[in-house]
Amino acid sequence: MNQATQDKPGGHKTSFASTQRTDMWWVEPLLTGLGFLCFVVYTTWAMWQANHYWHGSYLSPLYSPVLFVDPTAPGAVPLEHAWFGSWPQWWPKFLPASPAMFILMGPLAFRSTCYYYRKFYYRSYFLTPPACAVTALPQADYKGETKLFLFQNLHRYTLYIAVGYIILLAYDAFISYFHHGKPGIGVGSLVLTINVILLSCYTFGCHAWRHLVGGKADCFSCPAGKEHLGHKAWSKVSMLNHNHQFWAWVSMIWVGFTDFYVRMVSMGVWTDFNTWGF
Amino acid sequence: MAKRMFRVWRGDADGGRFEEYTIDVDQGMVVLDCIHRIQALHATDLACRWNCKAGKCGSCSMEINGKPRLSCMTRMNTFAEDEVITVQPIKTFPLIKDLVTDVSWNYEQNKRIAPFKPGKKNKDGNHVMYQRDVERVQEFRKCIECYLCQNVCHVLRDHDKKDKFVGPRFMIRLASLEMHPLDTEDRIPKIKEEYGTGMCNITKCCTQVCPEHIQITDNGIIPLKERVVSRYYDPILALWRKIFSKKDPS
Repeated sequence: MNQATQDKPGGHKTSFASTQRTDMWWVEPLLTGLGFLCFVVYTTWAMWQANHYWHGSYLSPLYSPVLFVDPTAPGAVPLEHAWFGSWPQWWPKFLPASPAMFILMGPLAFRSTCYYYRKFYYRSYFLTPPACAVTALPQADYKGETKLFLFQNLHRYTLYIAVGYIILLAYDAFISYFHHGKPGIGVGSLVLTINVILLSCYTFGCHAWRHLVGGKADCFSCPAGKEHLGHKAWSKVSMLNHNHQFWAWVSMIWVGFTDFYVRMVSMGVWTDFNTWGF
Repeated sequence: MAKRMFRVWRGDADGGRFEEYTIDVDQGMVVLDCIHRIQALHATDLACRWNCKAGKCGSCSMEINGKPRLSCMTRMNTFAEDEVITVQPIKTFPLIKDLVTDVSWNYEQNKRIAPFKPGKKNKDGNHVMYQRDVERVQEFRKCIECYLCQNVCHVLRDHDKKDKFVGPRFMIRLASLEMHPLDTEDRIPKIKEEYGTGMCNITKCCTQVCPEHIQITDNGIIPLKERVVSRYYDPILALWRKIFSKKDPS
């Protein structure tokens, strides 16, 4: 029993998205593509709100650090918490007075050049290829990361920025255990603490970090046979790096949830259970 | 014993078609066993490359229901009982006949790579390597050259950029040499310019299909990309090299 001749010897079709795969190969790129899109839509919306990002001593990670503040906005940080004071006059009127506008580019640059995110968005959004052994979107002259995407090579610089954010968010988590100088704990403190832990697991499992702390060496024992500090660091980072995809997703989801939590308690929709009783 | 239907590609570079065969499948059989049974009972001229039947020679690479696999390691009980099994040759390399392709392009790439160049021996006349240094490159030595990674890499498979990218298998060979503690050859310029690290966009299909579970992208290609970044795209390291012309902290 025979069937008609296919596009290429071997029975391989060459049209976009063609494959002989019988499994649901499209589910993963679809879900990851939609999942990330949801995060982008939420963070853009949250950034645009310019309010309800502060409650007690809880600061939303999407708004940290607060460089300038419009203290009249509901749920905004007090003026003394802003690094450079009140909202600048030169700010265009068509844009909201949102502190998140100054800082979201940093984490976005880190994630968008991350080796894991590259895997997922080249599959989900650029369809090169949409899945393994599924024909990629045709391109007249595929260049990979040698021309338009050459900027991906600066991932390690975005890593330095991300490490700075980790330090700031760790400080935010720390001060969330104090309210008007009085130590205590609330659900929000735990939410902020988990946030910085998850982000640290993602950031310090990064491939560029793995290279910098030890992977760049050809020999971990030269010349005297003793183990380099770099090898110990590389081994630890490799453990995190092995699950980089997992950390990328849970940290991203938790950042969104942390903002949502602070927003809800700031709006009075949710009650923050804490030892301060506010 | 159960009856199973196979669609097997029959033809050569000039064309061909899927032929359907129904055979009895016994418990414990793998796809390669089924191909052999088809050869024995229905198509004695069916061409198929194989050797060890143990997942170690890398000869029996095929596409089974669209997935690049070793046919000797693909058990029949992984398919649904009523599933028709489609068997094709690998797509990326020229077809010779039926399930056999010409993979000689890969051997040519291997010849392009500068071989291992050890440094000076110790005073006792030996080279010394420590276990922790062996471990990293040992992973790359597991490669059985089945070329499933080369086959699934879309740069070679769909965009046919064989002139720009040597493919994941040879990125792994390059990594095994570049990360070797005794090797003194500098291949980074060629890794960027000739072997084409920049062509890889990290979609990790090579890692997914590797029957030896080598972390091709995470442990091989990305570290090589980072070494290229250190050499060519890092302005701070470039400044460092300019000031301390010989010492490179990368």
